[in-house]
Amino acid sequence: MNRNGPLALIFTALFLMFLLAPLLVVCAVAFTSQGYLSLPTEGLSLRWFRAIGDNPEFVRAFKDSLLLGTVSSTFAVLVAVPAALAIARHRFFGREAMQALFLSPLMVPHIVLGIAFLRFFTMIGLGGTFAGLVLSHVIIILPFALRLILAASTGMDRAVENAAASLGASSWTCFRRVTLPLILPGVASGWVLAFINSFDEVTMTVFIASPETTTLPVRLFLYIQDNIDPLVAAVSTVLIFLTVAAMLVLDRLYGLERLLVGRGRE
Amino acid sequence: MKGKMTVTSPAHVASNKTTVVGAEQAKGGTRGAKPSPASPPIRPSRQWSWIPYLLSLPGIAVCAAFLLVPLAATALLSLNSFSFYGGIADVWKLDNYIDTLTDSYFHEIFLRTFRIAALVTLSCAALGTPQAYILRRMGAPWRSLCLLIVLGPLLISVVSRTLGWALLLGPTGLVNQGLLALGLVSQPVEFMYTETGVVIALVHVLVPFMVLSVWASLQRLDPQVENAALSLGASPTTVLRRIVFPQIMPGILSGSIIVFALAASAFATPAIIGGRRLKVAATLTYDEFLNTLNWPLGAAVAMLLLVANIVIIVGCNRLVERRYKQVFE
Repeated sequence: MNRNGPLALIFTALFLMFLLAPLLVVCAVAFTSQGYLSLPTEGLSLRWFRAIGDNPEFVRAFKDSLLLGTVSSTFAVLVAVPAALAIARHRFFGREAMQALFLSPLMVPHIVLGIAFLRFFTMIGLGGTFAGLVLSHVIIILPFALRLILAASTGMDRAVENAAASLGASSWTCFRRVTLPLILPGVASGWVLAFINSFDEVTMTVFIASPETTTLPVRLFLYIQDNIDPLVAAVSTVLIFLTVAAMLVLDRLYGLERLLVGRGRE
Repeated sequence: MKGKMTVTSPAHVASNKTTVVGAEQAKGGTRGAKPSPASPPIRPSRQWSWIPYLLSLPGIAVCAAFLLVPLAATALLSLNSFSFYGGIADVWKLDNYIDTLTDSYFHEIFLRTFRIAALVTLSCAALGTPQAYILRRMGAPWRSLCLLIVLGPLLISVVSRTLGWALLLGPTGLVNQGLLALGLVSQPVEFMYTETGVVIALVHVLVPFMVLSVWASLQRLDPQVENAALSLGASPTTVLRRIVFPQIMPGILSGSIIVFALAASAFATPAIIGGRRLKVAATLTYDEFLNTLNWPLGAAVAMLLLVANIVIIVGCNRLVERRYKQVFE
């Protein structure tokens, strides 16, 4: 049922247009056949997508971003699974404080984290290294991984686990064969969400990335500060399409509406 | 909305209390519904066990070593002094804070940061609240689609989205072309490198958080109350004003806290749309760190930003929770 009047629908149309316009413009400009910024009015062309391949800096940053996202979200999930199980099924001293600690990176502005890591990594000799990037990304994506894994472990039926244990399964077998498969959707979507957040991060990474190891959004940001041309539009289009692809995966795994709005399928 | 999880929002840390309570209640609920001896409740708290500590040890170690220590190091750094020739000196003074808080150059930047954040928050509330309400009244397939379009951009890189606005708002961009074609303006409006441009782009980046927050509070609303008011002869406007609005107010307020905090510390959008001249607190920190190399001063600005952020998030959340206690319970 739709109980909205025409005015409400016009408002919605304008609102959605406002949200989609910048994304559509970026994608449209990327297909221009001209050598300058313009809408593709005189035929579509893929020349700017081919130009990405001729620009080794973007290609390398893209590879670094993929590797960084993969390594850091795997690391974050490995840390988050045991922590989530502890929080979900034990009542212990310091439980709330620990959960607050794990979620606290969400409260610190990324710009502050950026300079904190720059200072800290310079002090301990990790400045400009890939290891430094991984560690800093683990910190900022841990809350996202934890939230989804925590939700999966809290909603889990413990009876199956108890059945396995009473049938003689060791606690490791029990975890591997019963618990893990049951919370796997939460773990997998936690990983994907962590990956997206790592892949898109720019504010913090711009401080700790070095010219040798940098991420695609940082590369893009620094390039845009100097000049805006169809090349950056093409790179952004690739980014947008990859994110949409990841969103489709998340939708399959977890349900996007549930992920974004925090509510089960009706 | 018990046990809600939301994708990206700092203020949800503060409102996390309700989440934990929700999870516990859900557990208590299943326990109460199935009192079979086969499914024992959560481990009793009286019996001390080292298992949870062992399980969460990796997380605690990572967070302590790579979050708390760096932040503490930055706080200490902000007390050091800096000279152009001597570099960073190991002294412990509050000079950087005094400089930052008394200099009119910094006043202007902080004032601009808060002005932009306030404008962005107001615009997000004005646009996001009615949109969330309209979404709730939509039919099944359309609602999911619209919600996806509204919330999906949250996952897309801020740089890509801001680039879109840089293309749209330029002197020959589509917005100016449209305004000229409609005859609304006689010459292109300057959006790039102005506060207006930064506000427009930031509203685009942050409005999904507002929709999300209002949507969450709308979910708690019982439609029967609205129907009761209508059947008692209230006009739709009265229902909106007297029934719906007071109940979603906490949602609007907590959405505003998130949006304000994120707008005040936003970096990429003001850096691209505002350029180097129109500085805000975050871009100032960046310049002090990477161009002027005055790390102690940059650290002081960042610490002020961090403290302001935490005070706003925690303080406002407390206020909202106290003021609207009955709504949260």
